[in-house]
Amino acid sequence: MTVSIIRFGGSNCDRDAERALTHLGIDAEIVWHEDGLPADTSGIVLPGGFSYGDYLRAGAMAARSPIVSAVREAAADGTPILGVCNGAQIGCETGLTDGAFTTNESARFQCEHVHLRVERDDTPWTAAYDEGEVIEIPIAHGEGRYEIGEERLTELENDGRVLFRYCDENGEPSADANPNGSKHNIAGILGERETVAVLMPHPERATLPDVGPTDGQGVLRGFETA
Amino acid sequence: MTAYTATVTVRLKHGVLDPEAETTKQALERLGFELEALRSADRFEVDLEADSTAAARERAEDMAERLLANPTIHDYDVEVDDR
Repeated sequence: MTVSIIRFGGSNCDRDAERALTHLGIDAEIVWHEDGLPADTSGIVLPGGFSYGDYLRAGAMAARSPIVSAVREAAADGTPILGVCNGAQIGCETGLTDGAFTTNESARFQCEHVHLRVERDDTPWTAAYDEGEVIEIPIAHGEGRYEIGEERLTELENDGRVLFRYCDENGEPSADANPNGSKHNIAGILGERETVAVLMPHPERATLPDVGPTDGQGVLRGFETA
Repeated sequence: MTAYTATVTVRLKHGVLDPEAETTKQALERLGFELEALRSADRFEVDLEADSTAAARERAEDMAERLLANPTIHDYDVEVDDR
């Protein structure tokens, strides 16, 4: 039972994800997208990076690559799937999660630590936290502004599909704490099943104690609990 | 079969923030131009062969739906011309 980290041309957080998962004792391997999904896949990471050079829209090309049909089937079967950064963009482009991640309000690439408020603690990805807990995880993206129509946004919020919101250190999802102009400060959302989640911040960059805060560990532990 | 060029124009839905267009507008203003607003759009010119204008349009619309546009944030229109 192994978590498959799908590497596309231009992925660059695949090795980070592998190291972070391995550090947590979770078996993981990098899979080249053209080789298809291994039969013993117990979980899937869509890693960060710039797949296909962000051509057309970030994640648009990877979302139409052949391996995605296998990812869809896995999602329908309840296999835990986590999309991080470019993987989140891919997740939305495939329709596994609602909405779209598009150009930051600043029109700039932003690389900084942010605070996130945990909106639910009853999902695999957030079971390690308490609802309302504030965690610190870095972002690194140019296209992380979460966009979605108002009507659908209300439905998602009513259905409890928002996983994380950008907030200040006191947990207030203020405009100042919103790094990219995301609708309602949304940083991460769930798919139709709670086993599918995407987020723009990088939990794998906040897992190894050598490199700073380790608040991201709980997200990756979702592969143990899902 | 007739040769057509389908032109697909993809633009952000009304009300969706366009930071790149805003930055471009500011740059034009720095150059001394006067303008009220600026919108950007992507334009794709697709050469294809089809039985009719309607068939060419339908295929181009399908391309827009499935890849060229993201329905969450984009509107698109298609024009078809003989080539």
